[in-house]
Amino acid sequence: MEIKVGMADLNVCASPDSIITLGLGSCVGAVLYDPVSKICGMVHVMLPDSSAIANNSNVAKFADTGIEELLRQVLARGAKRERLVAKIAGGAQMFSVSSNSPMLRVGERNVEAVKSKLKELNIRLIAEDTGKNYGRTVVFFPETGEYLIRAIGKEPTTI
Amino acid sequence: MSLTLEALTEQYFDVLKEIGNIGAGNATTALATMLNCKVDMKVPQVKMMEFKDVGSLIGGEETELAAAYLGVEGDITGSILFLVKKDIAYHLVSKVMFGMQSDDFGEMEQSAFKEISNIVTGSYLNALSMMTNMTIYPSTPDLAIDMAGAILSVPAIEFGIVGDKILLIQSQIADDIDIDGFFIMVPSVESYEKILKALGVLGS
Repeated sequence: MEIKVGMADLNVCASPDSIITLGLGSCVGAVLYDPVSKICGMVHVMLPDSSAIANNSNVAKFADTGIEELLRQVLARGAKRERLVAKIAGGAQMFSVSSNSPMLRVGERNVEAVKSKLKELNIRLIAEDTGKNYGRTVVFFPETGEYLIRAIGKEPTTI
Repeated sequence: MSLTLEALTEQYFDVLKEIGNIGAGNATTALATMLNCKVDMKVPQVKMMEFKDVGSLIGGEETELAAAYLGVEGDITGSILFLVKKDIAYHLVSKVMFGMQSDDFGEMEQSAFKEISNIVTGSYLNALSMMTNMTIYPSTPDLAIDMAGAILSVPAIEFGIVGDKILLIQSQIADDIDIDGFFIMVPSVESYEKILKALGVLGS
């Protein structure tokens, strides 16, 4: 079965299922994964920092609260804290900066925020495919630990 | 006061819808003039949608879209996005390029699509400007041709600062094929209040 993660959403998944998010743009798809129990989870974060926003009730929307909640849920599902590793993708800049909007650089800031949260939680980031200027569909397979990335006009890659 | 999209009452929503109607009407007329064709215009749809439902409206998160992103400047600030499916973009581009067929978005096609986007968003903003008596104009467009989900993440993130929903305006015209065009305007939080005050909806 393929478990879907929407925008500002998160979910957990165990082998033999896989977990997918479609059309990541400036958002980041972060995966936490326990290679022994083959339990993983994915969060699709939109914004870097929940504390900068008044309306922050949806924890999955933000890098800081989203990663924390994802960690809680994968542990509840049976993953072991000390075995967890992370893979991340997304954080593109879909339009060039000539429009002069700081929001257009949000992809880069999302990636930074996810990385700093992982570091704070002491979870090792083992692979990433981030930045650039195109959208990505990402699928994580907990059976193999492979993170498949598809983009329009490009060969699929696995990290 | 601080305003969230969710807090917009029916009345505010009606106003935004009316702006959407008039703006999209103006934009459609401009497009018809440019394409030099008789067009049937349908009543624009204005929808407030959950983030997760936006992708499916346009045919799924992986549908290829052509999109132009323009900053909104003047008395209000924000951004406006004009979106069409990729095959519709080819159709529009080929029309303005006098029927030159193309299956690639080269420099010529990009510049033609930018021009189309300039005209339709310009006339959209013009309608808003007339209604509010404010000076509002777009910056130069940036283009992206990519998956719907990826493109829509940009306005979703901008809306994400104020809420969990997105305001989408769909306008539809038909010449020899149906042309579905979508506008997503994201006023900055302060601009919402300015627009509503200018329209007399919100007391000062």
